[in-house]
Amino acid sequence: MQQTDTIFRIICQIGAFLPLLLVAGILSQLCVHSTDAWEHFGLSFLWGSNWDPSVEDYGALPHVLGTLLTTFLSLFLAIPLSFAVALLITESPEWLNRPLSHCVDLLAAIPSVIYGMWGLFVLVPIMQEYVQPLLTDMFGLIPLPGTAWIWGEDGGGFGFLTAGIILALMVLPYMCAVMRDVFRMTPPMLRESAYGLGCTRMEVTRDVVMRYGIRGILGGIFIGMGRALGETMAVLFVIGNVMDLPSGLFSCGTTIAATLANNFAEATGLQQSALFALGLVLLLMSFSIQLLTRYYLHRVEVVRGETY
Amino acid sequence: MFRKAANQLLNLVAFLSISLAIGGMGWILGTVLCNGSNVLSWDFITASSKPYGEPGAGVGNALLGTIIMTTGATLLAVPPALVGGIYLAEFGKHSKPADALRFCANAMMGVPSILVGLFVYALLVIPSGNFSGLAGTVALAIIMLPVIMRTTEDMLLMVPNAMRESALALGMSRMRTTLCIVARCARNGLATGVLLSLARVSGETAPLLFTALFADSWPVNFFTGPTASTPVLITEYTTNSPFESMHAMGWGAALLMTIFILTINITTRCIFHENRH
Repeated sequence: MQQTDTIFRIICQIGAFLPLLLVAGILSQLCVHSTDAWEHFGLSFLWGSNWDPSVEDYGALPHVLGTLLTTFLSLFLAIPLSFAVALLITESPEWLNRPLSHCVDLLAAIPSVIYGMWGLFVLVPIMQEYVQPLLTDMFGLIPLPGTAWIWGEDGGGFGFLTAGIILALMVLPYMCAVMRDVFRMTPPMLRESAYGLGCTRMEVTRDVVMRYGIRGILGGIFIGMGRALGETMAVLFVIGNVMDLPSGLFSCGTTIAATLANNFAEATGLQQSALFALGLVLLLMSFSIQLLTRYYLHRVEVVRGETY
Repeated sequence: MFRKAANQLLNLVAFLSISLAIGGMGWILGTVLCNGSNVLSWDFITASSKPYGEPGAGVGNALLGTIIMTTGATLLAVPPALVGGIYLAEFGKHSKPADALRFCANAMMGVPSILVGLFVYALLVIPSGNFSGLAGTVALAIIMLPVIMRTTEDMLLMVPNAMRESALALGMSRMRTTLCIVARCARNGLATGVLLSLARVSGETAPLLFTALFADSWPVNFFTGPTASTPVLITEYTTNSPFESMHAMGWGAALLMTIFILTINITTRCIFHENRH
């Protein structure tokens, strides 16, 4: 019996080691296959802004900036939205609470291709017809220098803002789920005493729930960030796929994931190696977010004395 | 006065946001339903896809390809994920190595799915020299593995410790305690985890783009040649094609896929929910 237990334990351990192997495997494969690009361009690959297969000159800057821009746009839109949704879900009565949270969860179940299709056939025309002219007109009234600079070249509905809106809708359920759990963990006693003192719901949220759950809120934001960073299909459909530096919110551009999806299948030689290098950059960005989250959560735990 | 107004404003904002979220979902699903229902027919589901212009085209091969790849990925991913989750929950609750492994599983969950595609391309497609359905299956399995592992761990941790202690006190071995008592208590949760990740993976496109690729044929050479799948078919038909009829077929495939995924999601959630009470 002792023996079967040991064997069982070892089998389980092997299973648990698989993710470690996968992480190491992905990292090493991307490194190995991108060596050509790193040798050829050195670190200047990171700030090169060209992508020209005819002269074999490749640079990562437009892709990296595009990825960061779409990610931050989507977070900027999704943070207040998911915060409000999570708040409403936790504060609403039981019969309303469950269907609402199931609905939000279903938003996460819709595949990204479907978001992409919807974006391409529904959102892009709407952006082109109504939203972009409206925004330009509204901000054109304010006599500030540089408003034209915010919008950039008009991509005809395609572009960073459209991608940001779709991404915001996609990361919302993930962020919302985390925030909802945190809000639920606030001791009811604390909340009720605040209400008892005559606080309004807004004050309870701001001074009790948010103070108590700030850690989870930031955790949720990090999760949304990781999602938005690597999302491929939805962005690919609406970003316009132009390999230039982003010139504004309405301009077309590209992200690392979209570039990979578009060019990888037919790339060879140095271009393929450069694409692997782009993948490596994306992987490192994703890992650093993970590490940051982990470090941050750990530090908060230590400060609060919650570590074992 | 001001405090009340601010509070009302917050309520209004919250209400608007949730209607935006749910309205957005309704809008997306409505669009898919409207555009997709026009082309649905028995022939559409059973016929193979064909190059533009040939009559009698369908999406049957892509559906079959998706079914084969998703099933294969589930078979590949579930056993190691379950035992891995058991290790994390039962043997390594607070130990340093288990923490490191848990971090790796989390990191794998966060890896963009397109990079998994790149990895499998480097691992299987370059050495074997051809795109294959098998490579796509492996890519999907890699995406599933950490998700199932973490849900397994969470579900096992929800089983009260008294269960383990009483089983051990009866003289059961650690293995039997885990498999017959703890895993049994958590089986609803485990099934939900597996089914939800299956649903998620069946809609994944990015990892298949350069592993399984696409083909206008039935998946006969699954191990050696490109294999069609529904999400990649949708991508091909909507982004790389100027023809209205192709777009319509894309919508039809999207409708089938959405119905499949939402059905799995809703039924598993309902069943799990009922059993818990």
